[in-house]
Amino acid sequence: MSDLIIGKGRIIDPVDGYFGPGAIVVANGTFVEIIKGEKQPDATIDAEGLIVCPGLIDMHVHLREPGFEYKETIHSGAQAAAAGGFTSIACMPNTEPTLDNQETIKFVYEKAAAAPVRVYPVGAVTRGRQGQQLAEMGEMLEAGAVAFSDDGNGIQNGNMMRRALEYCRMLGVNILSHCEYVDLTDNGVMNEGYMSTVLGLRGSPRIAEELMIARDIMLAEYVGASVHIQHLTTAGGVELVRDAKKRGVAVTAETCPHYFTIYDEYLKSYDTNLKVNPPIRTKKDMLAIRRALASGVIDVIATDHAPHAWEEKALEFDFAPSGIIGLETAVGLISTELVRKNLLNWPDAVKKLTIKPAEILKIPGGKFEIGKPADITLIDPELEWVVTESDFRSLSKNSPFTGRRLTGRTVKTIVSGDVVFEL
Amino acid sequence: MRLRSPHLLGLEGVSAGEINLFLDTAVTLREILNRPIKKVPTLRHITVLNLFFEPSTRTRISFELAEKRLSADLISFSAATSSVTKGETLLDTIWNIEAMKIDMVVIRHQVAGTPHFLARNCDSRIINAGDGQHEHPTQGLLDIMTIRDHFGKIEGLRVCIVGDIKHSRVARSNIWGLKTLGASVAVCGPTTLLPAEIEKMGVEVFTKIEAALEGADVVNVLRLQKERQTSGLLPSLREYSRRFGITTERLKYLNKGFMIMHPGPMNRGVEISSEVADGPYSVILSQVTNGVAIRMAVLYLLGGGAGKIE
Repeated sequence: MSDLIIGKGRIIDPVDGYFGPGAIVVANGTFVEIIKGEKQPDATIDAEGLIVCPGLIDMHVHLREPGFEYKETIHSGAQAAAAGGFTSIACMPNTEPTLDNQETIKFVYEKAAAAPVRVYPVGAVTRGRQGQQLAEMGEMLEAGAVAFSDDGNGIQNGNMMRRALEYCRMLGVNILSHCEYVDLTDNGVMNEGYMSTVLGLRGSPRIAEELMIARDIMLAEYVGASVHIQHLTTAGGVELVRDAKKRGVAVTAETCPHYFTIYDEYLKSYDTNLKVNPPIRTKKDMLAIRRALASGVIDVIATDHAPHAWEEKALEFDFAPSGIIGLETAVGLISTELVRKNLLNWPDAVKKLTIKPAEILKIPGGKFEIGKPADITLIDPELEWVVTESDFRSLSKNSPFTGRRLTGRTVKTIVSGDVVFEL
Repeated sequence: MRLRSPHLLGLEGVSAGEINLFLDTAVTLREILNRPIKKVPTLRHITVLNLFFEPSTRTRISFELAEKRLSADLISFSAATSSVTKGETLLDTIWNIEAMKIDMVVIRHQVAGTPHFLARNCDSRIINAGDGQHEHPTQGLLDIMTIRDHFGKIEGLRVCIVGDIKHSRVARSNIWGLKTLGASVAVCGPTTLLPAEIEKMGVEVFTKIEAALEGADVVNVLRLQKERQTSGLLPSLREYSRRFGITTERLKYLNKGFMIMHPGPMNRGVEISSEVADGPYSVILSQVTNGVAIRMAVLYLLGGGAGKIE
């Protein structure tokens, strides 16, 4: 007996790259059969005109719980994820208290039990994300942490990073590295360059990011560990990662939709929704990021969904916190800015949203696997829509893309065979 | 000629026609300052809020006098005495005062873009009295007015701005305005005080003062903040002064009939020698007088500009 037959659509299998007609048969919440071809049983979900792919994974999300529940809760963030087509999300540890011990990791799992999508906590590398002392990563791993990161803060001390990489090599997990030297960012609030000169906002130079990427690559190489570079933004960073990969260093990298969609000239509006860390770079960087997505230098597209309350963003530019929400606009931006501009095809885009993040986090999902939970995302690649503030499921609305016309949207999200979102 | 914006947020993008309108209006209004009764009723229907989040003496006094000369009602407060220190947001502060019915806000703020933020979120007309390192448009206008008074034109002149360009809103407003009116602009300062890619603003960039002054008609000397030394951008004020200070000795590189400007407040003996500051070619006090006239013009034109100047 099958519960669900999703037919008549085009399926993307990120494992073999198949992109064509097919049907997905689901029973008891698990994949039963993947049919590739025109010959299909009668569909219970008619996916005509839609892309059917394994449930998307966002490996970089801020859920703000515990501590900042007015910005986002685990539940509201998971709802936003479902609306964006993400069936699994990894949440960063910069909460209050920090996710830096077993208890807080367990807390996330308890809260996430009722959430519509799977939530995987990322533990802190150092206690309180202070960069001074290693957190109990082994204990957290046992409690279910999937990777470690001091995201929001770069680990400033080289020796600390070296020890962390060595330790994680032993644990067999990845460090997700936020690369920024704070002595070089020098309180910058946007990218340093012509636009920061014109706008009179303090500039944060690209070298602050690139120098730490270079350090992390060299440290990983030296100690024989793997490292994942978070939110890559610069042309120089792309070169560093590309060269390291050529040398055989175990480095992976992600970027976010805002880094391949917009560039620093947008900040002329002084819109604090454009304030993000690392900052929006130049058009040249944006184009380099796009090319790196196409060439495969950048493995993953993650959102860095970073909710902030309206009153926190409705401040003078320097005083507003950094961050952009991204869960609900990612698919639309990927479709509009990458696929429809022929920079990336759908199967490659889906890989960066499924098997690639699953591999880096070493979590299940991201593919059609018989007998495993049926997490599926249905995307209408032709659907035209306008990003509308009131449509956001996220508790926060801090998106610079509000009002933007996009083509392509998630229309159905399925977790373990249950429809958790339907447009 | 009409202004395209109800606000004055900066000189970037302001047309030559608009700048000339401000200057011509200021020349007309300046005459009022020499009358026995220095007051006209032109803006008696306007209430202006002067909101200063940074210490300022001359700009604030200049705006207040300009408002009084035009008979506007005015209220002034600084951040130290406002509810901002009690944790109220800027928007709440402004919205509350707007609810008491005001027409214009003159704002000085340490964060670039704050006047733009207010313009987007308030009903009042906004005048930028200096925002962070971004712009100080009335200072730019009064500097240009002073140059025009002296030379009768702007086009074809060579203006050299010397000092801490990186942190200077005065430099940026001057560059935009002067370039729009056809002057050639050079900037000169230590590399640590030159902002990234400044040459893309269409200026020549120098780090040797003699080369920068060569053939210039106007030198605009910027104030050097003492904290640039403690924050590691300069080895010492002494070294700065020796390399970049404007002294009588260095005036020989300038064109005949040159003039020396300084937006104030001056550090005598650091960026400018007393001899130069007080020399016959110094127009520093004319700048201050023109400041009141320019602010009257801006208030008048943004305040409707319909009422006839009596």
